[in-house]
Amino acid sequence: MLLRHTTPDIKERKALMVNPAKTCQPIGAMYASLGVHGCLPHSHGSQGCYAYHRSALTRHYKEPVMAATSAFTEGASVFGGQANLVQAIDNIFTVYEPDVIAVHTTCLSETIGDDIPQIINKAASDGRIPDGKYVFHANTPSYVGSHVTGFANMTKAMVDYFAETDGHKKKALNLIPGYVEPADMTEIRRLASEMNIASIMFPDTSRVLNGPLTGKFKMFPQGGVTIDQLKGSGSSTGTIALGAIASAPAGLAMDSKCKVPCQVLNLPIGLLDTDLFIDAMRRMAGVNVPESIDLERGQLVDAISDWHPYLQGKRVGIVGDPDQLLAMTRFLASLDMHPVYLVTGSPAGKKFEAQLRQAVAEVPGDVRIKVPGDMFLFHQWLKNEPVDLLIGNTYAKYIARDEDIPFVRYGFPIFDRMGHSYFSSMGYRGALRLLEKMLDALLDRKDRDSSDIEFELVL
Amino acid sequence: MATAANKKDPTCEDDCCELDGLDVRTVKKKLIEKYPPKVARKRDKQIVVNRIDPEGRVPTIQSNVRTVPGLISQRGCCYAGCKGVVLGPTRDIINITHGPVGCGFYSWLTRRNQTDPDSSPDGHNFMTYCFTTDMQDEEIIFGGEKKLKQAIQEAYDNFHPKAIAVFATCPVGLIGDDVHSVCREMKKKLGINVFGFSCEGYKGVSQSAGHHIANNGIFTHVVGTDDTVRDGEFKINLLGEYNIGGDAFEIERIFEACGLTLVSTFSGNSSIDQFANAHTADLNLIMCHRSINYVAEMMETKFGLPWIKVNFIGAEATAKSLRKIAQYFGDDGLTQRVEAIIAAELPPVQAAAAEIRPRTEGKRAMLFVGGSRAHHYQELFAELGMKTLSAGYEFAHRDDYEGREVLPAIKVDADSRNIEELEIHPDDTRFNPRKSDAQIAALNGKGFKFADYEGMMPEMAQGALVIDDISQWETERMIALFKPDIFCAGIKEKYAVQKHGIPLKQLHSYDYGGPYAGFTGAVNFYKEIDRMVNSRIWRYLKSPWQQNPELAAKYAFE
Repeated sequence: MLLRHTTPDIKERKALMVNPAKTCQPIGAMYASLGVHGCLPHSHGSQGCYAYHRSALTRHYKEPVMAATSAFTEGASVFGGQANLVQAIDNIFTVYEPDVIAVHTTCLSETIGDDIPQIINKAASDGRIPDGKYVFHANTPSYVGSHVTGFANMTKAMVDYFAETDGHKKKALNLIPGYVEPADMTEIRRLASEMNIASIMFPDTSRVLNGPLTGKFKMFPQGGVTIDQLKGSGSSTGTIALGAIASAPAGLAMDSKCKVPCQVLNLPIGLLDTDLFIDAMRRMAGVNVPESIDLERGQLVDAISDWHPYLQGKRVGIVGDPDQLLAMTRFLASLDMHPVYLVTGSPAGKKFEAQLRQAVAEVPGDVRIKVPGDMFLFHQWLKNEPVDLLIGNTYAKYIARDEDIPFVRYGFPIFDRMGHSYFSSMGYRGALRLLEKMLDALLDRKDRDSSDIEFELVL
Repeated sequence: MATAANKKDPTCEDDCCELDGLDVRTVKKKLIEKYPPKVARKRDKQIVVNRIDPEGRVPTIQSNVRTVPGLISQRGCCYAGCKGVVLGPTRDIINITHGPVGCGFYSWLTRRNQTDPDSSPDGHNFMTYCFTTDMQDEEIIFGGEKKLKQAIQEAYDNFHPKAIAVFATCPVGLIGDDVHSVCREMKKKLGINVFGFSCEGYKGVSQSAGHHIANNGIFTHVVGTDDTVRDGEFKINLLGEYNIGGDAFEIERIFEACGLTLVSTFSGNSSIDQFANAHTADLNLIMCHRSINYVAEMMETKFGLPWIKVNFIGAEATAKSLRKIAQYFGDDGLTQRVEAIIAAELPPVQAAAAEIRPRTEGKRAMLFVGGSRAHHYQELFAELGMKTLSAGYEFAHRDDYEGREVLPAIKVDADSRNIEELEIHPDDTRFNPRKSDAQIAALNGKGFKFADYEGMMPEMAQGALVIDDISQWETERMIALFKPDIFCAGIKEKYAVQKHGIPLKQLHSYDYGGPYAGFTGAVNFYKEIDRMVNSRIWRYLKSPWQQNPELAAKYAFE
């Protein structure tokens, strides 16, 4: 047994987190920064932070993850990190020549209270920021929220620093995709362009964290939202923020700063939340939904009706980030599956918990929800009453193996399989992919467990 | 080139300055010419052209100094060295990270230290778990000691471990939580061993500080707490072997076949019970000198067991190390068994190398990793007929490059001074020199070296480029200038290098393969390098239309 000390005996814990279902803010900020074109993320803390974040993101994407650090020593921790950050800015612009540096803080620099805007001003007045180049920042204390909060804060910083308007509106929508995969960002953008809607997406990590192998390394790959696009986003007709936890802060900041109305939606995972997304784009941009999208939707509905027998009533445990957890739960409920154990590590709040409760209102029996919770508690629930399917990040495979439960990897991080950065799980097509993954897991199990007599050719 | 006051560096003559067809002095210039002057001056001392003079002396290399902010180094932090590297691989200690969630999360199962819990009677294994106090802002403001106490209690209530260790992260040191007093209090209350490490990430200049702090803690709180003398002949400890990919299992297999009794390994496939008992062994073997030499030194001073440097990476190196151990014990039976094992196991390994060698001969490698692997793995490449053009460590000190003879000349700077050096004295009752002065003199007379590590540079080629704490920029330059056939580093570097069309072998995680130690491991490594440098995919980077962009005038169906 891999988790041999986990027992069904649940004892209340107030202080000890065991097997977290979240990590810290700065990694989310680093990920968001990579979605700005020509941007080098910079971690203002000790060098272990950036080493860990780069490692974790690299294991997930199997791609270069470039970032820099202020490399605090004990001295910097006592006297403040200004000298380190100013030196770092100088070295980065001299050596690596990015267009923009996105600074995020850490528990270390937040605890000592470094004032980043003041340090950026100092770097500017010392002539360390070349003309036409930018340094922006987000405060991302590791002891508040989770990696999703860090993503949200850095995405909001893109609005705070760059979005501007002269009062003239342009026919374009801002799309804030949330803490999702590069492939998801491509798919969300594709859906907009399929509807002939011009869009500005930020951040956008597609072609940054799923780039090609050509024999030439580009420190700053082709993808990412440009600073000019970010500036222009203040003149868009409207903003759709996907995922209340990851994207709403940026969307609302855009609304108050540039008077661009914002609609906050769930991530477009599954039939119903994709419907809401397409419908919101249609209304906001004043366009008709093309037949091509009706076809995609119809194919999904068709597949669901075809495979419903193997989905209906299946008990599912999901552990994931809040925006994904909510939309995925709604998707499973729409398939007549029974999502019964729901855990996120992020402190996503009472409103979120109520939405999650609402999503399972029609699921019969006892549904257990823990916000925030950890994977140890989640596993203990499974020990008490098992499920038919487990959905979670790679760490959940230890549970899946110990309990012998069919398992679909979903979320962050996925360290041990390919696919997530190339094939989207968003939109109608993404829902088909999720269906395929769930059915593969469930039906492989059915085939494995059937007797020779009951083994079926056709399912 | 910087020169220590009491050391005369060999100078670089023209004949040693050609590296793979390039003038290595020009190469060095190209690595640093883009840097701001202050940075260039610093890096100049950390990039050295290797030169070995007739007395075997090598140039001075600046190392174990601060990372340059913004330069993109490979290094991690003190916590990573302490919790991640040294204490992480021990299965039966509950390691609680006291801090925000990230540090504990990132060090959860990511170093792939294998362990066999069923080899301990109690079967404890907490390595698959991550324990953290998940510090929140109210603890940053009001202090986290209360939460830590409660967390230790909850760990005890849920898991009943025999030991709990606590690791401090950056904010813990800043807000002044006293993890040690909390641990003392809880040790008394729970009646199990509870001990803490002040391994805040900002301490020192790299992981290295964390290794030292881990060594100090394990020596203070664990080593020597169990005096049971176990059965068995030729008792040894293996230090600085972390069982990545099962390396320690292969070494254990060889030891057992030779009739050596392994008392403890620090810390691959290890149990805290073995550490407690380690002082009853008769010899310490050091694999990774950088991360573990402190505990060997302290054991020698307090208990009298000497240490020697070994290397089980490379088939020849394995044979050499086994012979060295046999020579120490001076027992005919042991010597015969060691020779029999080498005679049985070395030839198939050499045959495997010979089969692969035509496909690897003459290929060129670069290694930038760790505190010993950049040295050890050169052996394996040499066995494949490959040449190491350039190498360097991520977090080593001068002695790892130049040999321990430079130790007295190393200047202790402010960053290193902050890492405690324990003052150790011989134990009143348990100090027992394992060899008499006469025996030591006799062994020394035969060329046997105690407490010695000659370092990486004396074993590298003349003119090879040695780069300490290489930056992303220098990595790119080296690749552009030399186009090596394989590059060795870690996960952060892997895909940036591979985008150039050059395979990168991870020497921290082994790319999820291994073992690479010992005889079996050598064959695994040969096959892996053969696969990597000869993979077809490197031929397919360009599409047909990129290779031949001209439009053809003839069509197949004409």
